[in-house]
Amino acid sequence: MLRDLLKELVEAHGVTGFEHEAAKVVEKYFLPYSDEIKIDKMGSLSAIKKGKAQSPKRIMLAAHMDEIGLMVKKIDDKGFIQFTNVGGVDQRTLLTQEVIIHGKKDLFGVIGSKPPHILEASERKKAVKMEDMLIDVGLSKEDVEKYISIGDPITIRRKLMNLQNDMVAGKALDDRAGVAVMYECLKELKNMHHDCDVYAVATVQEEVGYRGAIPATFEISPHIGIAIDVGFGSTPELPKDETSDLGKGPCIGFGANIHPKVYERLVKVAKEYNIPYQQDIYPGATGTDAWGMQITRGGVSTGLISIPLRYMHTSVETVQINDIKNAGKLLAYFIVSLNGEDLEGMLCY
Amino acid sequence: MINKDLLKKLLETFGPSGNEETIREVIREEIKDYADEIKVDALGNLIAIKKGNGKKIMVASHMDEIGIMVTNIDENGFLRFTNIGGVSPFTALYQRVMFADGTMGVVGMEKLDEMKDLALSKMFIDIGANSKEEAVKRVNVGDVACFYAPFIQDGDYIMSKALDDRIGCYVAIEALKALKDCPNEVHFVFTVQEEVGLRGAKTAAYGVDPDMGIAIDVTMTGDTPKAKTMDVKMGKGTAIKIKDRSVLAHPTVKKLMIETAKENNIPYQLEILDAGGTDSGAIHLTKSGVPSGVISVPCRYVHSPSEMVSVKDVESSIELLVKVLEK
Amino acid sequence: MLLKRLTDACGMPGGEGEVREIIIEEIKPYVDDIKIDRLGNVIATKNGKPGYPKVMIAAHMDEVGLMVKSIDDGGFIKFAQAGGLDERILVSKPVLVGKNKIQGVIGAKAIHLQEKDERETPLKTKQLYIDIGAKSKEDTEKLVKLGDYVAFDSEYVEFGNNLIKAKALDDRAGCAALIETLKHNYDVTIVAAFTVQEEIGLRGATVAAYNINPDIALVLEGTLCSDVSNVPEQSYITKMGDGPAISLMDSRTLFPKNLAKRIFDLAVKNGVDIQYRLPSSGGNDAGAIHTTREGIPCAAISVPCRYIHSPSCVMSKDDFEGLKKVIKLFLEDIKEGEYIRD
Repeated sequence: MLRDLLKELVEAHGVTGFEHEAAKVVEKYFLPYSDEIKIDKMGSLSAIKKGKAQSPKRIMLAAHMDEIGLMVKKIDDKGFIQFTNVGGVDQRTLLTQEVIIHGKKDLFGVIGSKPPHILEASERKKAVKMEDMLIDVGLSKEDVEKYISIGDPITIRRKLMNLQNDMVAGKALDDRAGVAVMYECLKELKNMHHDCDVYAVATVQEEVGYRGAIPATFEISPHIGIAIDVGFGSTPELPKDETSDLGKGPCIGFGANIHPKVYERLVKVAKEYNIPYQQDIYPGATGTDAWGMQITRGGVSTGLISIPLRYMHTSVETVQINDIKNAGKLLAYFIVSLNGEDLEGMLCY
Repeated sequence: MINKDLLKKLLETFGPSGNEETIREVIREEIKDYADEIKVDALGNLIAIKKGNGKKIMVASHMDEIGIMVTNIDENGFLRFTNIGGVSPFTALYQRVMFADGTMGVVGMEKLDEMKDLALSKMFIDIGANSKEEAVKRVNVGDVACFYAPFIQDGDYIMSKALDDRIGCYVAIEALKALKDCPNEVHFVFTVQEEVGLRGAKTAAYGVDPDMGIAIDVTMTGDTPKAKTMDVKMGKGTAIKIKDRSVLAHPTVKKLMIETAKENNIPYQLEILDAGGTDSGAIHLTKSGVPSGVISVPCRYVHSPSEMVSVKDVESSIELLVKVLEK
Repeated sequence: MLLKRLTDACGMPGGEGEVREIIIEEIKPYVDDIKIDRLGNVIATKNGKPGYPKVMIAAHMDEVGLMVKSIDDGGFIKFAQAGGLDERILVSKPVLVGKNKIQGVIGAKAIHLQEKDERETPLKTKQLYIDIGAKSKEDTEKLVKLGDYVAFDSEYVEFGNNLIKAKALDDRAGCAALIETLKHNYDVTIVAAFTVQEEIGLRGATVAAYNINPDIALVLEGTLCSDVSNVPEQSYITKMGDGPAISLMDSRTLFPKNLAKRIFDLAVKNGVDIQYRLPSSGGNDAGAIHTTREGIPCAAISVPCRYIHSPSCVMSKDDFEGLKKVIKLFLEDIKEGEYIRD
């Protein structure tokens, strides 16, 4: 079930470079719907579902399973832990969060800083810098060092929350929501006939510059590559033309990073099957796996689907479940629409 | 024991990014009796192969150093210049520079109201010429210079320009010499153009197509007064990289390094570098991906003419590299 | 006129279709093979003699411009930049929207209604909008859709001392020189790459170079030229009228010195004006090409363009003619077996 997957996936830990635990969850859910699971040298996981054509073309779906997080930088003499960020973390969202440090064993801790009472008035007006924050695990330096060493990843402790109207909130929905889309797509494809081989790839290290997608794409060398990521959901403070609404369907990306024919086909399929969709305009970089995929080897025809998400890169990221379902459906019908298609002809400019 | 003569030669030789010819010959001469095969690729990377039947391992240390390029020569013979790699105007001021032919100059600045306005565009190089005519006899637009500072060793400390990353070259050369029973095929690559964006390592890794990548470079330290928090200290051993801006060390390589250090009682530290990157950043994204890590030599005052490292750290870096390669 | 035809055409990064069609039509009679790759690069091969190297010559088809981001209730169009633009140049310019080139203007509040400090503060892209004269959102939507490319509406004009003013001289000047080059026969094999998406990160050239895998590459560009009165000479980068400029270093490439010098000396020997492009920031397709696969020797030759990345780029016809001559001289100078990799 989608909700079970989402809960397990979002609550699994997988800071960029340490995606192992998240990969296990992905494998468990993807296995029943694929013919083969592979993990590449960087740690990206591919679930392969074979197509029926004689020499099938390859469609690669990519959603990243890594999440932004923190990392142990120094253990001070009193046993407090200083940390740095992995990926784009807003330091203002960190104060007094509960965290888990993933060392030899998981340690619970709280991010603290100086209380406001002892601060100068001018200091109180400034955001506390990450380098001035400490994690308190309640242990002495000697005890901390038994379990924790420099370089251990840290995540915010957060359960998936159910909000109203089929919305869910939690950490790491960027981009585990995208991984869930691939799950929905594979599920749909189970009972459908498709010519192409489908590679559903849960990539690593997207948050530090789509480093996982680049070698994964090189290895698979797909004819079409579609990245599934999250986009900015509308909230009161953001201008309408820079966001999409939650619950109104996945966004189909358009711009230089997207092959125009892939875009057109996605729109056509959405219309044909009454799948709600919105549009996302990218004049240049999309900052997603698609940006890396497109220029791998001799070039890949890329597409981009994004799930509207509020409060990106915080521990309360919020998405609407139906957007995920609809995106999965859209991708499945897109793949099926390629049956009998001469891809060379279709992708010709 | 440190090979002082070799170190002096490596550190004082001219070789800003894109101008590695001289330093390449110095290194080639030094290693030619130890490698089974030596070649130079299209960008100028020097590749020395030590044959073996095991895994193919690429060891990368960059030969290039930061420097400057002349952009204009004025009527009075003063040179305007731009940076090659990360050159801070504040570090460059009143430093001596050396051109390929040995011409020396000093960096000066225009009159400024406030020192914080200092920028390379407000600075110039004086080679002691009295006119444009006199200057162009020695230096032309497009010519390149490195910063000049003689090598000094005093007890455990080495001070010099270009320790970034000639000390990495030194570690690789000494490791190549020391390798005995090495089951693996090791490609020692002395890379070009690291300082301008890991360009040499990118093409070298594509050509070598290794199973594993190890870069040898310097890293910063957090042990000077009121330094930025960093748990690496000079003199406390070689540093095994966890992450920097270019790479997250691959878990298998990281583990291999840490275990090897422990087994052989090699002093080591774990390194998280918040700024900067190194050749592994390019290597690990090559083709289908190359598990990569970094052995770092802790270094104070990186990108200044007086970079400083500890002999003990250099020795532990060599030892760790040799033991890892022989594993 | 080829240059006029090319600069009148619109082609933002990712939307180079119109330029691509013109180029294919122009080069068809002169080349042996034309392919369009996955990103939309035009790859044209002109076979030479066996034993001579394969030379990739690249010029990018895309230009900087704008893209329709949304349409507001009044029918005004909000836009984003496609490629790097100085946003201070945008206000009060005529533009062409979409494939059908609907005319529009980028308006601004009248000076009378501005506060004094407003006049001192440049307008940001987010504050600007395009007015096509529509009455409502629905009215605009009949003619314009989200994602439509927007180009500057700027006429090709010849003026002054053998000068040209047009939009997109960066890099239609290079495209034109490359087209002209293909009209001659050489011993070397030429693979012409008319690339896409240079302005958003050298993306077309990245895959073109991978596919072509040439022995050597030449990049033709329109480049920075700030030789105007209020700029100190050391910041000129290039001088208009001093001939095409050979690159030594930019933020993406350190060019092999011997290759740059060879081309420079060749021009001097043959009495063609040439200059070095002073090392500065900026980058061109060479940045992607020279680090492709195991590395490719690369040179870049450019026509100096004043007011680059604006609707009114200015270049000298003499420099453009010089560029064509230098390319020809170099291609003819390459000997059998040279640059060929094993």
